[in-house]
Amino acid sequence: MTSFWSFWVSIISLGSIFGCLWLIYVTRKSQTTDTETDQTVGHAFDGIEELDNPLPKWWLYMFVATCVFALAYYVLYPGLGNYKGMLSIELEEGSVPWTQVNQWQKEVEDAEAKYGPIFEAYGATPIEELAQDAEAMKVGQRLFANNCAVCHGSAARGGIGFPNLTDDDWLYGGSAEAIKATLVNGRMGNMPARGLNPDMTNAQIDDMVHYLLAFSGRSDDQEAAERGAAMYQTACAACHGPDAKGNQAIGAPNLTDNIWLYGSTPKRMKHTLLYGRAGVMPAQSDRLSEEKIHLLTAYVISLSQK
Amino acid sequence: MNHEIIEKNLGLMIPLIIVAISFGFLVEVVPLFFNKDMKTPVEGLKPYTAVQLEGRDIYIREGCHTCHTQMIRPFRAETERYGHYSVAGEFVYDHPFLWGSKRTGPDLARVGGRYSDDWHRAHMYNPRNVVPESKMPAYPWLFTAKIDHKTTPKKMEALRKVGVPYTDEDIAGASDAVKGKTEIEALVAYLQNLGTLIGNK
Repeated sequence: MTSFWSFWVSIISLGSIFGCLWLIYVTRKSQTTDTETDQTVGHAFDGIEELDNPLPKWWLYMFVATCVFALAYYVLYPGLGNYKGMLSIELEEGSVPWTQVNQWQKEVEDAEAKYGPIFEAYGATPIEELAQDAEAMKVGQRLFANNCAVCHGSAARGGIGFPNLTDDDWLYGGSAEAIKATLVNGRMGNMPARGLNPDMTNAQIDDMVHYLLAFSGRSDDQEAAERGAAMYQTACAACHGPDAKGNQAIGAPNLTDNIWLYGSTPKRMKHTLLYGRAGVMPAQSDRLSEEKIHLLTAYVISLSQK
Repeated sequence: MNHEIIEKNLGLMIPLIIVAISFGFLVEVVPLFFNKDMKTPVEGLKPYTAVQLEGRDIYIREGCHTCHTQMIRPFRAETERYGHYSVAGEFVYDHPFLWGSKRTGPDLARVGGRYSDDWHRAHMYNPRNVVPESKMPAYPWLFTAKIDHKTTPKKMEALRKVGVPYTDEDIAGASDAVKGKTEIEALVAYLQNLGTLIGNK
């Protein structure tokens, strides 16, 4: 703030407080009596008259008290232009004047001193061991509830389009490293519409659905399933593999295990084939510390070990 | 008595009342008009694209700001949950800003990139589909309604008048950029851009 605006703020602020005190002083000075009387100010509007009594003492003292409070506030806190106030905060870098950002910094440093070592210890523990630690998993559960449950659900069972984390079926692999990589960098799935064959007709898509249903014994049209199987090898096998067992390197799901991220009904399968899918897991490295991601990895692993 | 002069003279009383109630404004608001921090965008801040701008207007139309704030205060409890506290330079191109004043739902100042586009769509179609305990209303009409592409350039011209640096090219291409887009696409584009310039850690 330039010194002009600093003066501007200071003068108007202090002027208002002293102006209020002056106003109350002159009002009180012109009082005619010290005690309550029946005397009126002398005018009447529609028969309504106004008593001419002194200001109530409790009110007057409270008014003065608020002015004193305001002045004390200006002495202690920053407010009068560039004056920084008398309060200070002890940060690691030394003593700094009170500001809301410095106070936040202090809160963060205090929390870091208190919780930092706990998370550091978790960060140094191997994930497999951490997943057996009941105390650590309680912390992990809270982290999960705050950061992951919005998509994966509070019980981590997912939903349509959001993977179930408790079933030990993994799009990108269930090893500690793979899960951690998913958390840190996120994932971007991409299933193109009609697979690799843009000319796939709607009838062929119906065949394909029969082929896929057949893996779980749900197809009632063997011929259609066989036609689908032929089409599968050209349009789908490149990603999902010739045996339809998927490919975790690119997040292509296993199509034979009857676990369907986007729903298991023929209608939903057809929708996936017609329009494609592009599921995204947002990267967490920007939001969560390394130790917290480490702990969450252990928590996610513990979910499918239960 | 002196105050009779004021009380019986409206022409005098009105200006005096205005003076009396303007002190707060003069001290708390007027100096900010001349404060550089308030007018300097944070590094990398870009005006909303045509699609994001339309999304923002839908955000306003549907009243999102009545239940969601866009202002992370410098308290640890907030920065732990939402990310770095908001700074003035992030809102330089917001006319009007949508800080809001009440949180029935969570703060959205840094919701950009936090969830996937799919999640936003599922959530907007019916919040209970993804968050069972949610009491947010559903907005299914956003999925069928198309953006009115004819008004987009006018909106951008108006914003340019109040200081948003849109180029002639931006404005010329605005209609085509939003043409045929559904409202949900625009809204998600807007949300995914919110607060992404400052790290969340």
